[in-house]
Amino acid sequence: MSGPNSSMSSIRTPLARVRGLGSARSGTSDFWRQRVTAVAMIVLIIPVIVVVMMLLGRNHAAATQILGSPFVVIVMTLFTIASVWHMKIGMQVIIEDYVHDEKLKLALIIGNNFFSVAVALAAIYAILKLSFGV
Amino acid sequence: MAEFTLPKNSKITEGKTWPKPQGATETREFRVYRWNPDDGKNPRVDTYHVNLSDCGPMILDGLIWIKNNIDPTLTFRRSCREGVCGSCAMNIDGTNTLACTRAMDEVGDGPIKVNPLPHQPVVKDLVPDLTNFYAQYASIEPWLKTTSPTPQKEWRQSHEDRQRLDGLYECILCACCSTSCPSYWWNSDRFLGPAALLQANRWVNDSRDEATGERLDNLEDPFRLYRCHTILNCAKACPKGLNPSKAIADLKFKMVERQV
Repeated sequence: MSGPNSSMSSIRTPLARVRGLGSARSGTSDFWRQRVTAVAMIVLIIPVIVVVMMLLGRNHAAATQILGSPFVVIVMTLFTIASVWHMKIGMQVIIEDYVHDEKLKLALIIGNNFFSVAVALAAIYAILKLSFGV
Repeated sequence: MAEFTLPKNSKITEGKTWPKPQGATETREFRVYRWNPDDGKNPRVDTYHVNLSDCGPMILDGLIWIKNNIDPTLTFRRSCREGVCGSCAMNIDGTNTLACTRAMDEVGDGPIKVNPLPHQPVVKDLVPDLTNFYAQYASIEPWLKTTSPTPQKEWRQSHEDRQRLDGLYECILCACCSTSCPSYWWNSDRFLGPAALLQANRWVNDSRDEATGERLDNLEDPFRLYRCHTILNCAKACPKGLNPSKAIADLKFKMVERQV
């Protein structure tokens, strides 16, 4: 197993290993944001489904008209922010759970941040572009 | 990375099938994990047949019967035989529980499969090395911490405050919960696990303790506390019927409460 007991090269006491580098005094903000974005998505998912149903099979002009409504574009943008933020935190949790190589973990967390920001910006750009009818 | 397969020297092989006890009319088959650190061999599963007319009803009775009558080398921890000490925690029929409080009848048809607690180093047979587990318990500093002058008599507590310890103080530290938790399997070096966190919550909720904030500071960590993903294996495994997951949720709630 990959637990602390398998490391025979160190003769630190078990308590010293458990205490490690100490508490990070953080983690609550991500925990809280994950809940806030979850609640936001519960509220937003129904209007988003309605908008997506309305968009199905419509041409570019009709889509532009639907997304031209301030209410629709704000709902779609908020949903994008909430869902991508939620995704970013969730994927970071998965990386921290399963990747134990510190360098690889850092690289993946940086990549996760870049990917999430890129996805959010691309989606919001597309929504706004259609909304403004360009 | 997380390990999804056993290391080569931990792969389990078929062991010895011991002969059925002579003259026994009613027997129950036990399939028990065996590993000896001194023989250099892989772990194996031995098959025993317990004479039910000569044996008590619990799994622990069966193991003791095997040790007394068939194979004295079978090694396991036991002490109180009534669910108080937590020594005989092991994986029985796929679930972590106490061998002394789980009856043979409760395990469905077929052999009773007995393994050591999962994902801990094995000392011998059914005895896991719980050094890290106990160190994690020590790390939450499970004693009353006060700065006010010690009263002449006891530290007093209202009935309501005492009731807040119900569902927490009963924990016997058998390790059934922590070793059933996938988050603990993958990150037991940094995640404190359900048992230590339930115990931490017991002290956070103690009205007499004056170090609540300091205790929360020490837990506020992406790994120590927040590796809990509410999988709930802990609550399912607990042989005392406690809910460590609820205790952890209470800790998370207090973390948010002191910020907003």
